[in-house]
Amino acid sequence: MYHVVIGMELHAQLQTQSKMFCGCSADYWAAPPNSHVCPVCLAMPGVLPVINAKAVEQTVRAGLALNCQIAPFSVFARKNYHYPDLPKGYQISQYELPLCHDGWLLIEGEDGQPKRIGIRRAHLEEDTGKSIHVGPLGPGSERADHPTDGATLIDLNRAGLPLLEIVTEADMASGEEAYRYLVKLRTILRTLGVNSGDMEKGAMRCEVNLSLRTAEQAAAGQYGVKVEVKNLNSFKAVRDSIAYEIQRQTAVLDGGRAVRQVTMGWDENRRCTVVQRGKESSEDYRYFPEPDLPPLELSRAWVEGVRASLPELPDARAARFVRDCGLTARDAALLTVERAVADWFEAAVAAYGGAPREVANWVTGQLFALLKSEEGDIASLPFQPAELADLIRLVDAGTINRNTGKKVLEQMVATGQPPAAIVEAQGLAQLSDEADLVQVIDALLAANPGEVAKYRAGKTSLLGWFMGQVMKETRGKANPDLVRRLVTQRLDG
Amino acid sequence: MSDELFRLTIHQAAGLLRRREITSVELTQAVLERIYAVDNAVRAYLSLMPEAALERAAAADCALAAADDPASLPALLGIPLAIKDVILVEGAPTTCGSKMLEDFVSPFEATVIGKLRAAGAVLLGKTNTDEFAMGSSTENSAFVATRNPWDLSRVPGGSSGGSAAAVAADECLAALGSDTGGSVRQPAALCGVVGIKPTYGRVSRYGLTAFASSLDQIGCLTKDVTDAALLLHAIAGHDPLDSTSMDAPIPDYAAALGLARSETGQSYEARSETGQSFGALGLARSETGQSYETSVALAGLRPSQPLHGLRVGVPREYFIDGMQPEVEQAVRAAIDALVSLGAELREISLPHTQYALPVYYLIAPAEASANLARYDGVRYGLRHPDAQTMWEGFKLSRGAGFGPEVKRRIMLGAYALSAGYYDAYYLKAQQVRTLLKRDFDLAFQQVDVIAAPVSPTTAFRVGEKADDPMSMYLADVFTLSLNLAGNCGLSVPCGFDLQGLPIGLQLIGPAFGEAAILRAAYAYEQATDWRARRPVVGERWPVNGKRRTVNGKR
Repeated sequence: MYHVVIGMELHAQLQTQSKMFCGCSADYWAAPPNSHVCPVCLAMPGVLPVINAKAVEQTVRAGLALNCQIAPFSVFARKNYHYPDLPKGYQISQYELPLCHDGWLLIEGEDGQPKRIGIRRAHLEEDTGKSIHVGPLGPGSERADHPTDGATLIDLNRAGLPLLEIVTEADMASGEEAYRYLVKLRTILRTLGVNSGDMEKGAMRCEVNLSLRTAEQAAAGQYGVKVEVKNLNSFKAVRDSIAYEIQRQTAVLDGGRAVRQVTMGWDENRRCTVVQRGKESSEDYRYFPEPDLPPLELSRAWVEGVRASLPELPDARAARFVRDCGLTARDAALLTVERAVADWFEAAVAAYGGAPREVANWVTGQLFALLKSEEGDIASLPFQPAELADLIRLVDAGTINRNTGKKVLEQMVATGQPPAAIVEAQGLAQLSDEADLVQVIDALLAANPGEVAKYRAGKTSLLGWFMGQVMKETRGKANPDLVRRLVTQRLDG
Repeated sequence: MSDELFRLTIHQAAGLLRRREITSVELTQAVLERIYAVDNAVRAYLSLMPEAALERAAAADCALAAADDPASLPALLGIPLAIKDVILVEGAPTTCGSKMLEDFVSPFEATVIGKLRAAGAVLLGKTNTDEFAMGSSTENSAFVATRNPWDLSRVPGGSSGGSAAAVAADECLAALGSDTGGSVRQPAALCGVVGIKPTYGRVSRYGLTAFASSLDQIGCLTKDVTDAALLLHAIAGHDPLDSTSMDAPIPDYAAALGLARSETGQSYEARSETGQSFGALGLARSETGQSYETSVALAGLRPSQPLHGLRVGVPREYFIDGMQPEVEQAVRAAIDALVSLGAELREISLPHTQYALPVYYLIAPAEASANLARYDGVRYGLRHPDAQTMWEGFKLSRGAGFGPEVKRRIMLGAYALSAGYYDAYYLKAQQVRTLLKRDFDLAFQQVDVIAAPVSPTTAFRVGEKADDPMSMYLADVFTLSLNLAGNCGLSVPCGFDLQGLPIGLQLIGPAFGEAAILRAAYAYEQATDWRARRPVVGERWPVNGKRRTVNGKR
């Protein structure tokens, strides 16, 4: 067995109105190609960048939420490389003096204990455009005047969008921990309103660095050979690719061979990693300070102002759920992993008016189980939090019993109908009429004289059997407390 | 005068326009005629916009005719100017002297051009430059080598050689250039005109094609110091589009010269127009051209002392072995003249001067290597037709688009920034740059202005240094320290060598000290008569060259 060492780099598009260094709209999604461009983001001769103040603020918000130090003096740098979707031939990024550094984020470790994932740095940079390498049937191929086979099409709408890059320390030890880190990070960024969290649209992109080492190496503070994994388009891909890489590298090491220092890409279809490029072709980016931008100086007062404006973050919210709502730490943690869930929970609590713990039981128990089996998320539920509160009140009032309640919830998830309507339409309300139940019970006792005799001879454990028979006869609708009282009366009387 | 309107300075023309003695259309037409007459010899322009220029001149005439108070109109209204072809003018070609941008027409324009338009200036065309402003002779232009109007077998200096030659040959009233290591001051000196490189951050760089971002600054090439003050005032100021431009107050530079707007509306009448100042100093106009003798005559006089109290530093490191003797003599004579005008002389030291050249040739190419990465043939500019793949497209386009000096500097710069060499080259150069800046900071605690040569030699012959980059680089040895330190400097004519070629005096000021150097230069200019001698360009040259005529934004 080897120790697994994982670090991650995450690029998150900030939610600004305009691009990082020019006035072009940042709302580029689904816009016609090259419609959100200007001389600056096209890198015409003579243009100069101007820093987007909102992007700086959002980066500092993220940095503070990740418990980072905020640099009072930070520097933009040019990262030089040629690619057709990089208009200037360099990317304006940060290198030696990033805006935020030395922070941490708390996750639940594999052992169930809280675990700190170190944040090495969080800095601001600009996005590239998109390159579309066209095959024989690519866009435009139907037009005779527009031969595109083998061409590279460039869309620069995305070029120059502000990106927040967050680099962790190599503190994660499994795919599950990496997954939890990402989920938590996404919740924090969404809560801050700095990122949409939408991986499909490329609003979040991550890369994994992974190495294995023996216990002896770990004890000596040594590391194994690091492999970079790219092309990770979902959190699940992160988890799966890590599991695959651990397996692959374990096999390599077990076979007595050495892991090569390479960049791998995750192949979603074949569900494996494939070599993208070797170390020998790694680039020298020739970083140097961006002469077109003076160093960024942030006053302490301004940073403190940003800190004061931060919303309640997941850890603080969980603590409040424990303190004010009487939730267990585990339920509170579960409910605050995603902001939408926590918001949904709080709305249901407000509508319910009773003990929040009762709502928490329903959400973390039955509702989470249903969401998991349906592979849905809370935002896609076809009913409102207040309707869960209605359901719980139906149980509290004895209109339906708890088990029926679970079935009603299932149908609410499936159909979106209000609980009362489901109970009404399917006649699920409890039978609480004594006369009706007595009839059923008397018929049952008359039909089973042997069991009655055994019970009366002392085998009182048969009470459960009698109750079960009554519930069966009433298709589960009988009020269990009432049935228990009546059966006992009849048998003992 | 009306037959030679092209010889006017800005302030002379402004006065005549305001008195309605001439129109801007007449003036612009006269300058265009002058260009047609001499530019096949001088080759200062890469492209002309005659139609747009005349339309703007007509608009200026309307504004002048309609004005109740012509004195309140901007000084540059109706004044025909030339623009170095590294500065973007909307709708006009901007080639940067490179094949890479031979067909590039700018869809936007520089902040300085917007300011000139707002002031009502008339834009004549774009002037030749060393490719991407890299050079000291304008021979590195991919299109044509501009000639020095004083001797057509010689270079005009560079890289703003087209602008300097156009001003010297009266092919415009004034011009904009750019100065990264001396590219305004050196050609100004070699062509016998005034050239000022403002403080870094004084003028917006937005729309100036970048060579070395931390060194580049747009400057003015003019026929006299008054015009330099007027043109600089029009283009100076903070620009929200240039984060390195400074939000510093813009002095009225013309007022700093001691000029005032005339109450009668004859704005910016220079004292030289009245003949007062020459006479006051009793200087003789040299007929022979060996005019650094004037200072000898001057020393025996008791003239008025417009520079009384001005502390002038003379850096010992700026008088080096191998300088052309007449250059040293002329500059020393000019310094004596400053003393005669009341200045106090102090010998100073700028001890790190010897490192300026190597530091410059690490930092400037390093920044250039990144700045020129954008020319890849993808979005605009030369795209090589033979490229089969994306990477081949980069290689072939850049290989064909850039000339040898540009390639040399890109390689130098990429090397200086590469892993393993960054600390030894780029970082070390930045550290020494700090020392160079400190040299100036310390010097300006003792003096107000520093006086020095501009160029170690007068104009050299076309082709003389073309194959010897090191000797070409030495042409900027006295000018590039300022770009590294960020402060301001100008070149003002201070004599001629034995062959009748102009020599320039460099006056260096602290950051945002333009008013001080302009005032010193003005006093010197008024006390001397170098301006009186003009080059005689072979007029009516046969039309044999091809020049692009385009219509820019009206």
